[in-house]
Amino acid sequence: MKAIIHIGLKPGVLDPQGRTIARSLAHMGFEGVTKARQGKTIELDISFDDATTAKLEVEKMCKQLLANTVIEDYQIEIVE
Amino acid sequence: MQSAVIVFPASNCDRDAATALEKVTGRKPLMVWHAETTLPKVDFVVIPGGFSYGDYLRSGAIAARSPIVRDIIKKAENGLPVAGFCNGFQILTEAGLLPGALMRNKGLRFICRPQKLHITNGDTMFTRAYKNTSEVTYPIAHFDGNYYADDDTLKELRKSGRIVFKYIDNPNGSLNDIAGICNAAGNVLGMMPHPERAVDPLHGGTDGIDLFKSILEAVR
Repeated sequence: MKAIIHIGLKPGVLDPQGRTIARSLAHMGFEGVTKARQGKTIELDISFDDATTAKLEVEKMCKQLLANTVIEDYQIEIVE
Repeated sequence: MQSAVIVFPASNCDRDAATALEKVTGRKPLMVWHAETTLPKVDFVVIPGGFSYGDYLRSGAIAARSPIVRDIIKKAENGLPVAGFCNGFQILTEAGLLPGALMRNKGLRFICRPQKLHITNGDTMFTRAYKNTSEVTYPIAHFDGNYYADDDTLKELRKSGRIVFKYIDNPNGSLNDIAGICNAAGNVLGMMPHPERAVDPLHGGTDGIDLFKSILEAVR
């Protein structure tokens, strides 16, 4: 079982790295990109009885360490 | 006054902090390794600058969950004076002792230079010795110094005088030009600039001395 956690800055929190990525894509000639937001993915190999328990545990991990909820949002995906 | 400096893997201002503390207090601080679970009996703790745990995950995130920090949180909540400089400030916000977060500098560059600051609250245990001045210069050296907090938190910080230092000519995009803040009780200070690196003429300035003198006076 795996947990895939996507962590990104909350809407409204300035993301200078995302802005620079969008600008760079435009400089390279890619059209049609209006905005970029940068985040990260954390993949955990996990072993729990079921997906519900896994999600609850990973949720705790996100709140206590993996994400800084002052500035970041997270999404958890459990893959069996 | 007996002080302590916490040492994490990849702390790099721990010795600067120790030298500054010894110079002002006349006593060598205890150097406390991050894996210790109990802080010895001390009057003041410095969480130094550096790149604890290689800044992995987020600056200060891993250090904030280390065994010694758990004990520091408990003691700080009971009034123990604590100051975090640079990475120490990042650790204090990650540990929840101070509000907000330190994000990547707006200009996406590591900044290392002398920085002018306003002392915006001269009536704290960290700033009372600055009697005749409200402007100081300390070095800054950081990549993640861009202070962020939501509007309600910023309002609360302003209203309660908890913004202790503000940048003159904001170098990193910090909201409200915030360079340093304290907690509601006034015993925990976090700031990105380095007063411990401004205590000797060879540092290029000695503006940091009075910060340590303030603490010495307060805990005496």
